[in-house]
Amino acid sequence: MNASHTPRIDVMRSQLGRARGLGAGKAGVDHWWLERMSAVALVPLSGWFVLQVLRLAGAEQQDVVEWGGKPANASMLLALMVLTFYHMQLGLQVIIDDYVHGKAHLPASLLLKGAALLIGLFAVIAVLKLALAPSTRAAA
Amino acid sequence: MQDVRDALYIGHRSDGTLTRRPMSPHLQVYRFRLSMFLSIANRAAGVAAAAGATLGVCWLNAASKGPESFKKVQKVTRNPLGKLALAGWTLALVYHFVAGLRHLAWDAGYRFEKKEINEDGPVAVGVTIGATLVLLASIFGVAACRSRKKKAS
Repeated sequence: MNASHTPRIDVMRSQLGRARGLGAGKAGVDHWWLERMSAVALVPLSGWFVLQVLRLAGAEQQDVVEWGGKPANASMLLALMVLTFYHMQLGLQVIIDDYVHGKAHLPASLLLKGAALLIGLFAVIAVLKLALAPSTRAAA
Repeated sequence: MQDVRDALYIGHRSDGTLTRRPMSPHLQVYRFRLSMFLSIANRAAGVAAAAGATLGVCWLNAASKGPESFKKVQKVTRNPLGKLALAGWTLALVYHFVAGLRHLAWDAGYRFEKKEINEDGPVAVGVTIGATLVLLASIFGVAACRSRKKKAS
């Protein structure tokens, strides 16, 4: 076949030993399993989210503040945000693993993790700000 | 060699010399199947849903900041282009949800025969389109009712 593509091996080791030395599956099944578990948790949270969207469609800021000020809504929203961005990071990591090879893989993965963490934190802070804002109903 | 996958590409010829194994043929040699479109569409929908979620966080942030920020966001959500983006996000979320449920079923060992997968594909498309249309009609309907009520009062 193509002579220029013939691989060269510098170390005298068995194929299996060399493959093992290059690093195995690392975290094993963890990534896959956590992606499924976050997906399962997001099923009921998404159902709740759809109901809330129907309640809030076309809402004014006042309505959203009142809605977000309720502890039950804020709790569900926090769970939704944390799990959404966690699941997003796991999913996008697989895309990076599939399409980004070589030296670009590590910086791409770190960039994704950093972005997912920051957007997730931003969402959590926004929800907390809504939840912990002084109640407007008592004042009015 | 940096990648462990490279190790699996190396094989021996019958005379004992090393060779690189052939790679899998590329996409264009395959006949188009619905299942392969649905597979890549799930990945694309996941990316689109993530982008939409980021916009959703902007909406939340504006609501927490105050009425003026929220007015700016409303300019986007009440704009036809904004509504189109919202519709696209809804479609992506609904499809990613439907395809995700199929994946969970497959992982649990159900509906994973070739025949079953080919049967379920068109059903997934139908459910996605139907649920998206119902959801969008409800969302825009509720929003329209609310704005009419506000004008009346």
